[in-house]
Amino acid sequence: MTLQNFMNEAISPWMREEGPDSDIVLSSRIRLARNFANISYPIIADKDKLEEIRDFFRDNYEHQSFEEYKDFAFVAIGDLSPVEKRVLVEKHLISPHLAENAETAAAIISENEQVSLMVNEEDHIRIQLYFPGFQLENALQKAFTFDDFLEEKVNYAFDETRGYLTSCPTNVGTGMRASVMMHLPALAMTKQINRMIPAINQLGLVVRGIYGEGSEAVGSIFQISNQITLGKTEEDIVEDLQSVVKQLIDHERKARTRIMEQSRTSLEDRIFRSYGVLEYSRIIESKEAAVCLSNVRLGIDLGFIENVSRNILNELMILTQPGFLQQYAKRTLSANERDVLRASLIRERLQLEK
Amino acid sequence: MECQECHERPATLHFTQYINGQKSEVHVCEVCAKEKGYMNYPEEGYSLHNLLSGLMNFDTSTIKGPQQNTFKQVQELQCPKCEMTFSEFKQVGKFGCAVCYDTFSGRLDPIFRRVHAGNTKHQGKIPKRQGGDLHKKKLLEDYKMKLRRLIEDEAFEEAAEIRDKIKALENKPEDPEEGDPS
Repeated sequence: MTLQNFMNEAISPWMREEGPDSDIVLSSRIRLARNFANISYPIIADKDKLEEIRDFFRDNYEHQSFEEYKDFAFVAIGDLSPVEKRVLVEKHLISPHLAENAETAAAIISENEQVSLMVNEEDHIRIQLYFPGFQLENALQKAFTFDDFLEEKVNYAFDETRGYLTSCPTNVGTGMRASVMMHLPALAMTKQINRMIPAINQLGLVVRGIYGEGSEAVGSIFQISNQITLGKTEEDIVEDLQSVVKQLIDHERKARTRIMEQSRTSLEDRIFRSYGVLEYSRIIESKEAAVCLSNVRLGIDLGFIENVSRNILNELMILTQPGFLQQYAKRTLSANERDVLRASLIRERLQLEK
Repeated sequence: MECQECHERPATLHFTQYINGQKSEVHVCEVCAKEKGYMNYPEEGYSLHNLLSGLMNFDTSTIKGPQQNTFKQVQELQCPKCEMTFSEFKQVGKFGCAVCYDTFSGRLDPIFRRVHAGNTKHQGKIPKRQGGDLHKKKLLEDYKMKLRRLIEDEAFEEAAEIRDKIKALENKPEDPEEGDPS
């Protein structure tokens, strides 16, 4: 597997499969933070120690496979151009923080992009596992087996009382962050989500917007994850998160039905206007594109728009990010140039559906 | 009423705390309240960042009033492995290495309690290879808890099954000194 494959396709291979409740839950993710027992953490460790860790991963895992995750690519972040780094961040294969740690950071990514392992992020090891749709339990089981696979060769920093010892006190214990990405346009439209977020926070869960700065959700896509990592089992944490997600799914479906009953025509109008904008505009900013894509996706889910695949939201949300556009253009683009290219890529992509 | 933390001094502070929607009564003495971080909760509506830096700067002097601490010389804790000091840890909000957890262990409970809704002890996964005897220990704990619950519910048949499982586990030859049942 080479870096080029990750760069060319906006949509990761695992996203092509449809998971349970995928009209609302786009993806499920489990992240485990782990560290070597005998080496200082990346914020303080000597560079040569961190390089040893990086080389350990290259020597032991490059081109290896684990179960259905084949042919791991080893990517040294320091070898990447700024645009390439950005593309990996936009695809959620690496974190923005990893991209900054260029000197010693690396990523191990499986061929289907379902597993990615970040080396020398805030912790020595961050295991990330994605599943399409609402499949947190499956993701957790897989993450556990992958964790065991790594532990065959790595001595983890672990303590009976404190659990997995992470660099940040907010991750100690399980070191686990479970999250789901949800498309909640009806709850956002009716502003119900604003009332629900504080209640969800009360339960020790966090809600934030996608590509999240603050809690503004671009295109009605929200990420919900656990905050607490200590004092509960991973299974309990996932169960708590699942029960909230189930309720959100339920509320979103009810809100969609209610809007359909009460203001069907204006909803239809909104959806088709957005469709029109995507199909005909020549300049489009990323925020407007996100809003229109969200509306079109809702139109597909509600049956207003036929013959356009649901995946178009996931795919175009990534494809129209600045990094990807520049990767596509093979050069640096100004904001204006990006808006033009974005509009043209969206038009082309919609043409493909016809 | 005695203090629920030290079980020595009388409880002089009584309050109700809501953690993740769960209500619990707290009865502690003043000494434990300071030590265990029951006081000085930040207000609601903070971001994670505020929360972190706020709680790292947790200092008992804010409760007692600064004048009482002025003459006390505080020995600065420093990690023997990565050389991070406790004040650096508070400032950065990150541990420097695994040994920091031991070095600062006496001062971590209040921090963990705040970040993790009152929890200070890991309940989750144990590493498969490194875990060794811990797996068995945890399984026993789980069984014993189940047993207590079943007895409370008067489900004696199921309880007997669990009791047999506990016996079988405890009698495994490789670890004969494991605890005493009943």
